[in-house]
Amino acid sequence: MNPSLSGNNPLAKLSGRGLLIGAPWFWMGVFFLLPFLFIIKLSLSEAALMQPPYLPFIREIEDGLVTLVVNFGNYSLLFEDPLYWKALLSSIEIAAIATLVTLLIGYPMAYAIAKAPKAWRLPLLMLIILPFWTSFLIRVYAWIGILKTNGILNDALLGLGLIDQPLEILYTPTAVYIGIVYSYLPFMILPLYATLIRLDDTLLEAAADLGCPPWKQFLTVTLPLSLPGIIAGSMLVFIPVMGEFVIPDLLGGPNTLMIGKLMWTEFFNNKDWPLASALAAVLLVVLIIPFVLWQHFEKRLEMRQ
Amino acid sequence: MSLEQTPIVEIQNVSKQFGSLYAVDDISLSIYPGEFFSLLGASGCGKTTLLRMLAGFETPTTGRIFIDGQDITDLPPYKRPINMMFQSYALFPHMSVADNIAFGLRQEKMPKAERDQRVEEMMQLVQISKLAKRKPHQLSGGQRQRVALARALAKHPKILLLDEPLGALDKKLREQTQFELVNLQERLGITFIVVTHDQEEAMTMSSRIALLREGRIVQVDAPRRLYEYPNCRYSADFIGSINLLDAEVISQDEDLVTLKTDAFEQPLQVYHGQPLIAEMDVTVAIRPEKIRVVNSSGTHNANTIEGVIKEIAYLGDVSIYHVELPSGKRIQFTQSNIQALAEQPLTWEDKVCLSWQADSCNLLLE
Repeated sequence: MNPSLSGNNPLAKLSGRGLLIGAPWFWMGVFFLLPFLFIIKLSLSEAALMQPPYLPFIREIEDGLVTLVVNFGNYSLLFEDPLYWKALLSSIEIAAIATLVTLLIGYPMAYAIAKAPKAWRLPLLMLIILPFWTSFLIRVYAWIGILKTNGILNDALLGLGLIDQPLEILYTPTAVYIGIVYSYLPFMILPLYATLIRLDDTLLEAAADLGCPPWKQFLTVTLPLSLPGIIAGSMLVFIPVMGEFVIPDLLGGPNTLMIGKLMWTEFFNNKDWPLASALAAVLLVVLIIPFVLWQHFEKRLEMRQ
Repeated sequence: MSLEQTPIVEIQNVSKQFGSLYAVDDISLSIYPGEFFSLLGASGCGKTTLLRMLAGFETPTTGRIFIDGQDITDLPPYKRPINMMFQSYALFPHMSVADNIAFGLRQEKMPKAERDQRVEEMMQLVQISKLAKRKPHQLSGGQRQRVALARALAKHPKILLLDEPLGALDKKLREQTQFELVNLQERLGITFIVVTHDQEEAMTMSSRIALLREGRIVQVDAPRRLYEYPNCRYSADFIGSINLLDAEVISQDEDLVTLKTDAFEQPLQVYHGQPLIAEMDVTVAIRPEKIRVVNSSGTHNANTIEGVIKEIAYLGDVSIYHVELPSGKRIQFTQSNIQALAEQPLTWEDKVCLSWQADSCNLLLE
């Protein structure tokens, strides 16, 4: 080994502290950054009928002559073909509406659990977490059985005489929303519960003491103080729903356009790996935007003080 | 307290039951306008529960509470003409100091100009004008206490409840703030009701003190009377330090009672206005500062005893001496250190003769 190099060997300097801090960096590097760089590389390649189905970057033209080919065609196609734009916008719309609905359903649930007697809280939380014991895929499949034309829901509603004709829910956007809200509700409830349980009850007493009726205590004290939980829960729902593929594929009809489903189609049906990679890269950028915005907003809040 | 005055707060036979436990057990109290009233007691005596019932956070199991003659027992906290300063201060962490103080005024929809002026006044009152834009987490403990006080006073309540107002401050700041609170109260003329477990704090600030024990009132009196004339062993022992002697009544000549005790041979003499029965078991209470060191000539007189100094605690201004009597019983007395230096200084194992006046000790029946 080169003696001048061995003196600078970073491994030799690794202390316990360095290892501890280094471990997550290593993890992120190997399991996130590296694959992502592969995706970027793939997205800049050209699709071809071969194995693997794309042309390499570096190609040998003639003997010894090598050329580097970078293809931005996949990205320009994403911007030119309205299908991809529509899929992206429709994903944002579905994710935003689903996030709002989970928030509206999840907040009262989280609030009720946080306000429940101490002995009740753990069992109630267990009920929220319990569905995770069953495979996600099976749970989504179960919704087909519930929502289909002669499924449990329609049978029940017909049996009760509430409807004359079975409702067409399965393979519509409604079914997708039901599936998403159902599947992602725990991700909204848990962070909300975590902030609400830490809320100091004497703050509400102080507000009451200063002349604030209960509904206004909620608006002026509880709601602003649970904002971090609302944001955390919303991100935990919004981001994965944006890339959601299983639910729209199983419960949505052909009209349900979502970027995750599109990506799957490009990758497996059309064998267009580079285009699917370009889609993945664009999705990542789109998802980073709310994060950056939030951080900016948070900093501004701190600056103002 | 003149009797013609009508009480601003009237607590009538109030009890509060938690499960099978009575936190407050049949308490009746009248508090008059402009008083600095303390609810004093050890933890678990029910003082905080009583305060929370005044604020409206707890509902009495039985009994009524009146403010200015109006029954407020069933009124929710946000409709009561009372404000409270919380032990934890309970400042809203997401609001600035000024917004915290303005919170109550916003609830009553006070116009902005007037509200801003009131907030400014309050901040000046407690000297925190410079902190208006800060958030609670950027303040020291003492500053937070001031914000909490300003917020509770902003609505000009008739009555201010203070739950351990100085509990979270360090000793030096606590002593300083005690006087500020009293000054503030006198200036504003608002009735203060304070919960505290600290007898010194209660003694310094209050116009009257209610001593509570196990949900009941032991004694209600001005600090001086509570100290000089405790009505039972518990209040004698709770306020300051005191020597308690088990004694038996021998005779009573008008008001002068003669007693005997197991602690020493000499007879005890105390003044007591009420008629007593011979051979009654009572307690004689003597404050340490009322005991003087005398020449050992009259050791057979009443209220004069001999013993040996076993412990000395030097406190700067005074010293506390523990004297062991021949019976083994220990008696405490204090002496100001000016005196101690002037005379021959007392030291360990010194034989001393102690004496006190019959009118400077108390006879307690329970």
